[in-house]
Amino acid sequence: MPFAIPKETYNGKINSVTVGKDANTVSLGGISTYPFLGFEGQSQASIPIALEVWNSAPLDWPLALNELYGDVYADPVKWALTCQDKYKADMIALRLASTHPDQGDTSPEDAAQVVKQVLEAIEVPLIILGANHIEKDAEVLKACAEAASGYNCLIGKAQEKNYKTIAAAAMAYGHYVLALSNLDINLAKQLNILLTQMGVKEERIVMDTMSSSLGYGLEYSYSVMERVRMAALKQNDTMVQMPIISDVGIEAWKAKESKVDEAAWGDTHARGILWEATTAVGLLMSGSDALIMRHPEALKQVRKTVADLTSVEG
Amino acid sequence: MALTGIQIYKHLPKTNCKECGFPTCLAFAMKLSQKQVELEKCPYVSDDAKALLVEESAPPIRKVVIGTGEKLLEVGEETVLFRHEKTFVHPPGITLLVEDTLGTDELQKRVKQAQAASFERVGQQLCLGLIMVQNISKDKDKFVQTIDVTQQNTDLPLVLASSDAAIMEAALEKTAGLKPLIYAATEDNYEAMAALAKKHACPLAVCHSGGLDKLTELADKVVGQGVNDLVLDPGIHSLGTTVAYLTQIRRAALKKSAKGLGFPVMVFAGPQGVDAQQEVLRAGVYIMKYAAVIVLRSAENWQLLPLFTLKQNIYTDPQQPLQVEENVYKIGEPDENSPILITTNFSLTYFIVAGEIENSKMPAWLVIADVEGMSVLTAWAADKFNADKIAKVVNTCGIKEQARNRNLILPGAVAVLYGEVAELLPEWKVMVGPREASNLPKFMKEQSV
Ligand code: SF4
Repeated sequence: MPFAIPKETYNGKINSVTVGKDANTVSLGGISTYPFLGFEGQSQASIPIALEVWNSAPLDWPLALNELYGDVYADPVKWALTCQDKYKADMIALRLASTHPDQGDTSPEDAAQVVKQVLEAIEVPLIILGANHIEKDAEVLKACAEAASGYNCLIGKAQEKNYKTIAAAAMAYGHYVLALSNLDINLAKQLNILLTQMGVKEERIVMDTMSSSLGYGLEYSYSVMERVRMAALKQNDTMVQMPIISDVGIEAWKAKESKVDEAAWGDTHARGILWEATTAVGLLMSGSDALIMRHPEALKQVRKTVADLTSVEG
Repeated sequence: MALTGIQIYKHLPKTNCKECGFPTCLAFAMKLSQKQVELEKCPYVSDDAKALLVEESAPPIRKVVIGTGEKLLEVGEETVLFRHEKTFVHPPGITLLVEDTLGTDELQKRVKQAQAASFERVGQQLCLGLIMVQNISKDKDKFVQTIDVTQQNTDLPLVLASSDAAIMEAALEKTAGLKPLIYAATEDNYEAMAALAKKHACPLAVCHSGGLDKLTELADKVVGQGVNDLVLDPGIHSLGTTVAYLTQIRRAALKKSAKGLGFPVMVFAGPQGVDAQQEVLRAGVYIMKYAAVIVLRSAENWQLLPLFTLKQNIYTDPQQPLQVEENVYKIGEPDENSPILITTNFSLTYFIVAGEIENSKMPAWLVIADVEGMSVLTAWAADKFNADKIAKVVNTCGIKEQARNRNLILPGAVAVLYGEVAELLPEWKVMVGPREASNLPKFMKEQSV
């Protein structure tokens, strides 16, 4: 008796979200299987990866990153171009870090100015990220949404406590909303419901269900995303069928294993890159559709793995 | 799946003859279902019923033990596809491959390094599971000698790889009683390999790269030879194809739809042409996607640390979160005047709080209270992280001896405990920290001025 391939039957599909302008767009999602199971449906053809750029020089990035970007830290436009042209990022994720009240408290106008300059310089789509401060992010992202009008950016992260302002600005200026929830499928769903109730179209939402680093909670992010995918694809729950983007670099490079010299842990440089890449692959295998990363070599490695995951014989 | 007593009872003779040592067949069935007695104790159970009971009570994925002694590796017995449904049971054996064409010095170096590669993480010791010795030379003596040198330098269980049954025989004599995994029975040699596995009571790998049809057929044949401890190898393919195979094998095994697939699976993460970084990322994918034995060509510490950490993450019991030991932890190099914070022993809580303290760039003491691995709010709601507990931990953990200052920062989420804690710890100045750990750096900076 020949072996009958046990296939899963899926009842739902992940929305396809296309960000960017004119010919320079990138699509997230659009799949109908659990991660990389092309033998039973439409699985990922590729994974868009953004490299992270800050509007101010980061003080806490490790040597491995300072070596690469130190020269362009002072100039977000140059930094973004380096990521686009030299390191071939699919998107740029501009984090407006200095707007945080503890990290410079720079103004929304200032941030909007940087967004404008970066948008004028780059071709790839832009993700605009606040500094993870509820009140300030709302102000900053509102100003940035306006400045980026017409560019179809992904902006966020909108959270339970500030989604209204951010979503309203995104709708007003034609952007997509990046919705952040805290490691809980119900919270993720709830936020999507709130956003759609405001009038944000389902296909204009991308989720971050909270990324964690390898060794620092990865298993939680992993299982939440697996459950989200189950609800989306098996139970056909339209309120969790949004593509997921994972903020990998910020988490992975916080881990001491990615940056501390420790003889017993082996080569620090190679280990750091691998820490970020392994975190990324872990998040991809549990349901992530797109990534925000920091190290171009880690990006390259993840791309290779994805290419190999999507190549299926016979 | 495990059968209930009633289900078993249906297949027993129901004569209550007591020869099994139990008053009734039902009583015997109950004990059987709890695995406290062997079916053999009943002399009258029919062969058909026996076969049925054995088959039905068999776990969907057979447990296979490789090696002996302290470091033996148990694989199999998995019951789910997703870790949130039920914990993944046996973490895979990460395996280093060494070839018998390496010179003795190089061999020794690699095996010693593999033996020494071990990291402690959240109370667990993480290390390699197996060493695979591969007979590339086709030379019997060389293979046996390589095994010899390997054994002198490690107590990890072995995988012996040769396609030549005569060479395998010699190798198995060398490792008598140590239960190495024999690699591998193939279409061409399965009878001879099965005979060796039986004779030496060793687990046997079954390899077929021609698809799962062929693999299950071959596994069935090997089982037909009387060998039951199998490890399946679907051969070397692209990562995508291997993930598809691993998923299909796990699904088929859990559904018991293909008998020949109810075994743990082994894969090679580093076939020729795969670089050292990719090898780890592939191995990582295999950890997440159901492999039980994962073979690496290179095992440097910078590769193993992320891989072992991933293994630990994925195989953590989602119902029983990893816990940090109750103690005082130094974040940075605190001195007797550094701030003192307290939180719970849920590993994620610990990691997040410790991380934010690190971000503040201010060394501090972090007191961890054992509340059975709950986060602050959950533990508070369950009345585990209460004022009594906090006072007790502060008094017993040793912080009083290590620090001179008596300023204690409570998590903002349990601000309501402030009064009670202050009362129970009269010599302390109790302060309420921020609700969110991310606000700790700011809070600590403000406190220091
Ligand atoms: S020996 Fe068998 S038949 Fe007799 S009582 Fe026990 S179970 Fe029943």
